[in-house]
Amino acid sequence: MSFLPYALAAWLFFVGLYGIVTSRHLVHLVVCLGVMQSSTYVLLLAIGYRTGKKAPIFTSGVPTKVGAVDPVVQALTLTDVVVSVVASALILALVIEIWKRSGKLCRCSAPPCSAQPAISCPHGSTTSSRLRSRQP
Amino acid sequence: MSPRVRLGLFGVSAAVLACLFVWALTGLPQFGAFQGEYGRILNSAAGPERHVTNVVSAVTFDYRGFDTLGEEVLLFTAVMAVALLLREARSGDERRADAVRSDVVRAVGLFAVGPTVVMGLYVAAHGYLTPGGGFQGGVATASGLVLLYAAGRYRAYRAASPKTLIDFAEGTGVGTYVVVGLAGIVVGGSAFLENVVELGVKGTLASGGTIAILNAVSGLAVASACVLIFHEFLEELMTAK
Repeated sequence: MSFLPYALAAWLFFVGLYGIVTSRHLVHLVVCLGVMQSSTYVLLLAIGYRTGKKAPIFTSGVPTKVGAVDPVVQALTLTDVVVSVVASALILALVIEIWKRSGKLCRCSAPPCSAQPAISCPHGSTTSSRLRSRQP
Repeated sequence: MSPRVRLGLFGVSAAVLACLFVWALTGLPQFGAFQGEYGRILNSAAGPERHVTNVVSAVTFDYRGFDTLGEEVLLFTAVMAVALLLREARSGDERRADAVRSDVVRAVGLFAVGPTVVMGLYVAAHGYLTPGGGFQGGVATASGLVLLYAAGRYRAYRAASPKTLIDFAEGTGVGTYVVVGLAGIVVGGSAFLENVVELGVKGTLASGGTIAILNAVSGLAVASACVLIFHEFLEELMTAK
């Protein structure tokens, strides 16, 4: 079962990537990016884990002889989290700009999401209108 | 590009990427059997050398303190970019009604503001002793302020976090980090981010030397960054028609 943390990291990465590729909505895309980024946390922490060891915090209650997991990857994960949060904020600010300029956030041909930036996008109506236009 | 072509292209490239991923994973140590010398040495050296009990903080603010400076600058740049994008001449000053109408939600939420802020400050202050640190505590403190808006009134939130003060705090947080680093060259006479403060007694709040200072200023920078980002997005919401 020792491969499971790595498998989880891979799963999060590819699920997030799939979401980005198939995304039809810019906010949905940022959320998918967040899922993808969280795979790096899992991977980093999984690499630094040592079976049976404690957290690298040596307060008086923790016996030092037990040893601790790797502190470097934990510090890296901390950096990773902070960077991903501010990166998401920056992308969302760009999304707001796009919405202000073009009035839409999703790749719909019909004008369904012009008034409010709704998360859900009425895919059904656009596909049906496309199907209808194909008919002679 | 039609969705089907896009998905097909993704399938092929994801398969290749997955192969590379698995290949890379085979080169990693077995889960739970990591033998990195760097981390092992730091675990045994950080306590005697820096008088701290939380080695992660010692790595973040001392051994790899220069990386954290890069992170701080990145945080600062991203927040400035958000402000630059969103803080423009806003037309109209339509203030929406407060979102919360329920008295119970308001009472419980406002009651939680104080404890949340205190907990955030506690986590930030004890960053080099127990789990936590400036980054985590900063976010928790900022969320306490945001709660003031979420459960209370927009006006109360604005009064508690004036924009000039938050801007100033953000700049001070990042700037002090650089100043402490330069102090290592000027006062310590050796290297950037060299410890120049008394290391103190291990396990107490007065320990860690520059780690304590850098921990505090990072907390300030992160808390004000969170509030600033929230500010900008909230302003968008408030002025949107």
